[in-house]
Order: sequence, then structure tokens, then C-alpha cells
Amino acid sequence: MKTIDLAESSIRELNQALHDQATECTEREWEVLNPKGQHNIACGLDQNLAVDIQGHAGYFCAGMNKKAHVVVHGNVGQGVAENMMSGTVRVKGDASQAAGATAHGGLLVIEGNAGARCGISMKGVDIVVKGSIGHMSCFMGQSGSLVVCGDAGEALGDSMYEVHIYVKGEVKSLGADCIEKEMRAEHIEELTDLLNRAGVDEDPASFKRYGSARQLYNFKVDNASAY
Amino acid sequence: MSNDINVNPGLRESATFDRTTMAEIRRAADSGIYDIRGFGAKRKLPHFDDLLFLGASMSRYPLEGYREKCNTQVTLGTRFAKKPIVIETPVTIAGMSFGALSANAKEALGRGASMVGTTTTTGDGGMTPEERGQSSKLVYQYLPSRYGMNPDDLRKADAIEVVLGQGAKPGGGGMLLGQKITDRVAQMRTLPKGIDQRSACRHPDWTGPDDLAIKIQELREITDWQVPIYIKVGATRTYYDVKLAVKAGADVIVVDGMQGGTAATQDVFIEHVGIPTLAAIPQAVQALQEMGMHRKVQLIVSGGIRNGADVAKCMALGADAVAIGTAALVALGCNDPKYSEDYEKIGSAAGFYDDYQEGKDPAGISTQDPELAKRLDPEDGGRRLANYLRVLTLEAQTLARACGKNDLRNLEPEDLVALTVESAAMARVPLAGTTWVPGQSF
Ligand SMILES: Cc1cc2nc3c(=O)[nH]c(=O)nc-3n(C[C@H](O)[C@H](O)[C@H](O)COP(=O)(O)O)c2cc1C
Repeated sequence: MKTIDLAESSIRELNQALHDQATECTEREWEVLNPKGQHNIACGLDQNLAVDIQGHAGYFCAGMNKKAHVVVHGNVGQGVAENMMSGTVRVKGDASQAAGATAHGGLLVIEGNAGARCGISMKGVDIVVKGSIGHMSCFMGQSGSLVVCGDAGEALGDSMYEVHIYVKGEVKSLGADCIEKEMRAEHIEELTDLLNRAGVDEDPASFKRYGSARQLYNFKVDNASAY
Repeated sequence: MSNDINVNPGLRESATFDRTTMAEIRRAADSGIYDIRGFGAKRKLPHFDDLLFLGASMSRYPLEGYREKCNTQVTLGTRFAKKPIVIETPVTIAGMSFGALSANAKEALGRGASMVGTTTTTGDGGMTPEERGQSSKLVYQYLPSRYGMNPDDLRKADAIEVVLGQGAKPGGGGMLLGQKITDRVAQMRTLPKGIDQRSACRHPDWTGPDDLAIKIQELREITDWQVPIYIKVGATRTYYDVKLAVKAGADVIVVDGMQGGTAATQDVFIEHVGIPTLAAIPQAVQALQEMGMHRKVQLIVSGGIRNGADVAKCMALGADAVAIGTAALVALGCNDPKYSEDYEKIGSAAGFYDDYQEGKDPAGISTQDPELAKRLDPEDGGRRLANYLRVLTLEAQTLARACGKNDLRNLEPEDLVALTVESAAMARVPLAGTTWVPGQSF
């Protein structure tokens, strides 16, 4: 295992060392010490690495991740795993706004709570939040799944497309064109798999499913107030 | 219109309720939805035609055409990037999405730009292999929608343009109507086929200039600080936006005036939001100069640029380069009278066509219909665009030499005068024949 101490090395040095692994992988296990809330830690990875960040990270931690498995042993700032393509990102603490924004693939697990706009414009990622999520989550979400074991804030799934949302707790309100949908066998199956992959012990049957009513997909005069 | 020969001169058309206005009222009453269209603002605005070059005479001497060199090469991204971009002509191709445009059109733009050594730009829909393959220097747009955005393409780009807004619709997101969301477009954007898609107007994971600074740092980290990062803004509060963009860490700032083209936007937005290109340039240059960053952070200007005179005037007002959208499409064949019959069939006319959103473009440019798209041969289109870009460059050089300048960037506001009080005030150059710059001296 290779250790990089951010008390001594810069973010640039850390990221360059991790990026260099994409061309030639010499070390799979990495540990980052003293992150102290710095931004852009371990972003742009493109290799099957295991990266453990020992502490809190700032904005865009593990942004645009590909293939790597990143664990943050602390809280993260805005935009964790934004635009992730593959791999996994696990946050042991809480996440700020826009967790998993626009991410195309991979798995994002937040063991604490996530702030506003969790999964905004998500494009295929699977997000599992053990705690609760803030308002406007999954706004314009396009594809993928969002699982929330706690509660969801206001305007969940506003203007969303084809994301599968599962919430166990209370939903404060649904956004435009987001509705509760029937939980069929295939959804229980999908949710069971998601919970297993995230290592979360919850009963899939206790969740409700939400999705798009698909009424805003095409311009209609009757929907004028929603535009 | 009293000068319309077929109309009885006793009939007087209202200037307020003219026929276009009335037609729009009827259209609104019929449909119940706002008019969405492509193209840029169609109203008359103070523009580059309202400026003139003084040229050389006794107090300045000109350079010989052809024999004395006039440099057109510009380097973009000298502030932070390890690999700045060198363009051989200061005319670049603006970002236009695959989706709005056909794959052939995108390829043609890449070919034409590469032939003259300038950049072309992706758009709100990701990077296509055709475009990357045919563009020697490709700028990758990073937009609020993040459609098709992925780190591999980001790393393939020669520069990254963070789009905050467009001149045609500052404060608005993109639109792409169902007719154009084909399988390929839907797949690239991760959207259901056939929906009327409205892109986000704000970036999903940052708000405000302080966040943007961190976002730019992220993009630099991901690309190992190799390529320049541009920030594109629609012209509104340009003075402040440019200052904030410099603070946020931009290498290059793109300012797009209200005449700038679009693929699909509400007409009310196109015509009523933003400021003219002419008014935006001096604001941007002032902001850069006050920060000691003029020429260090390069300024690209777009919105209504049509000929070499427009290019030279932008440069004289302090831009480092320009970008063209609509004019490039016209060079490829958009609105060409050779398709007159086809334009009429879809209720339009050559020279008036702006319904890019419908995807029925007879010239095969703003369409996803494979039969129509075939009408544009990318190689031929590329050649036409290259020719046009060469003309713009030659024309700009001609004017620069006439002003005694051996580099387009040596043109200066002092070389210009204005024909109208409005343009003098906006461009901050004197009204022709006077020393009067409205708002500055009396
Ligand atoms: C068909 C079309 C599509 C466009 N798509 C985009 C886009 O995806 N992203 C963007 O920033 N600007 C887009 N624009 C705006 C151009 O980048 C540019 O700002 C504008 O065309 C410049 O003005 P001009 O058309 O008068 O040259 C588009 C313009 C047109 C005409």
C-alpha cells in the first residue's frame, strides 16, 4: 500500500500519482492522510485502484471516477463522485449538495445523510443513501437508481426522466411530474440487489417507488404552468 | 409597408402592429405555446456596420498588401495551460451540438476549421468520433446538461469551454425537440427517444464564482493542467462577468452577444435578453485591462460576425479572436436559394429559414433525418467553410494593413469611428468626424 500525506504533498501531486496508474499500474492500494477538507481529492481516476481517504474531503471528491474504489472515512463537500462513470465511491459520513451529480455509472454509497440535489441530472449511476436526502434530489434525473433509507426533502424527482427512486421514509413532497409508482416484483429484485451491493441491511418491501409520470416529456398546452 | 408596390398607398401598416407582429398573435392564439426557433436575434441592432476604420494617410502609413506581413496567428490559453492552442487565423468555429446539427455538418465544420488551422467546438450533446477525427484542434464544451459528458472525451479535448450561457439566451438552457431526438442522439444524451428535451440552465454541481473556481480546478486536475479552460458567457453584465471569470481562473473568456445564433430557443428570449455584441466588447476589455489581464486571458467574441470587417472591428475593440456559428452554417449551405422549393414546402423561404428545431432543414444541416443529412457532403462542406474562413482572414488582414498594422491584434479602438450616436456610445469610439464619445466627453 502506498500512503500520501496531504500535510506534505499537494493535491496536484496526489492526483498525478493516481493518474499515472492509468498508464502503468504499479500499486493498487492507496491511502490518503490529512485530507482536511481539501477539494478535488482523487478526481479523474481511471484505474482499478482502492483509495482510502482518512478524513473529510471537500468539493468534487472522486469526481468523474472510472473503475476505482474510493472510500472516504469522513464527510464530503459538494459534488462527490460527480459524473462518475464506473467503480464505487463510499462515504462513511455525510455528503453535501449534488452528491453523484450527472454520474453515468458505478455505485455511490453514502452511509450518513446527503444534502440537497442528491443525484441531480444523474445519468445511470446507482446511489444508495443510508440516511436522508435534501430537497430537489434527483432533479432532472435521467437514468439509474436512487435508494434512500431515510427521508427525502421537498420536490423529489422534479422534472425527472427514467431514474428509479426508492424511499423507505417520508417524502416531504414530490416535484413536478414525479409520482409514486407500483412496486412490482422486478423492482423488489432490483432494490434487493442495490441494497446488497451497498451492504445495507434493509427490507426492500418497506420501500416505496417513485418515478416520472412522463407528462412533461413533450410540450403540451395543458402543461403551460409547468414550463 | 407603404413601399410595397402591391399595396394601395392609402393603406398604412401600423409600425406597432406590423404584419409580423399580427401573425405572431394569431400563431399564439392558435397554438397556446410560445414560438421556438433557431437563428439569432432578427431585429436591427447597433452592430459592426455602424463602425468604420479610419485607414492610414498622412499621420499613419499603411502596409503593402501581399508584400508586407500581417500576422493572424493567435495563441489561446497562455495563462495556466501546459499546452496552449495556436490558431492560424483568429476566426474559430463556435460550439454547436451534435443533435442540433447532423453528424455530417459537425464533420464538415471540423474539416473546414482544420484546413485553415483553427479550432472547432463540440456542443450540448457530447463529442462525436466524426468530429474529433476531423478536427485537428477541438474545444470540448462543459455545459449545464452534461449530456454525453465523460472524462475520456474531456481528456481528448484540446481545450475545455465551461458554458455559463449563450448570447441568444443568457439565463436559458438548451432545447432539442422530439423530432431531433433520434436513437443516436437519445443514446448520447441518455434520454428517452422523441421527448422535447429542455437542458438545464444552471450547472448541477456548482453555483456562483467561488464554486466555479473549484470546478475549474477540478477540470484542470482531471486533465493534469494540460489544456486551456475557457469560460463562455452570454453578453449581459459583461464587465462583472469577465472580472469574475478571470478570478475563477479562466484561461480564455468567450463573450457571445445577443445576435448569437441558437439551435432552438423561445423567440421572446432571442429578441429580448442580452446586449448587442458591440456593447459587450468594450465592457469585457475594460474589465480585463483593469485587472492587468488583457491579452493574458484571451478574449473571444461572437454574435453576428459575418465578414472580415466584423472580425477586424472585434479585434480593434480588443478581442483576441472571434467565433462564428450562423455564418459557418450559411457557408455550408444553410438558407441557400438552391433549395427554394423545399423551403417553400415547409412554409419558409431561402434566406428566412430559422426553424432549426424542426429538423426538416432542406440543406441537411440542422437535421437528424438521414435522407436530408445526405445532402451535405462533409468534404465539400469542409472546403466551402475553409474558403470562407480564408476570405474572412484576408479581409481582416486587408483592413489591418490599411491601418498600418502588421498584426491583427495591433488594431486598436483609435482606428475606429462610429456612424451613429448609439454605436459610438456602445463601442466607446468617437462619432465620425468628431471627437465625441457619448458618455465620456462633451
Ligand atoms: C445551430 C446552433 C447550435 C448551437 N449550439 C450551441 C451549443 O450547443 N452550445 C453553445 O454554447 N452554443 C451553441 N450555439 C451558439 C454558438 O456557439 C455561438 O455562440 C453563436 O452561434 C455565435 O453567434 P453567430 O451565430 O451569430 O455567429 C449554437 C448556435 C447554433 C446556430
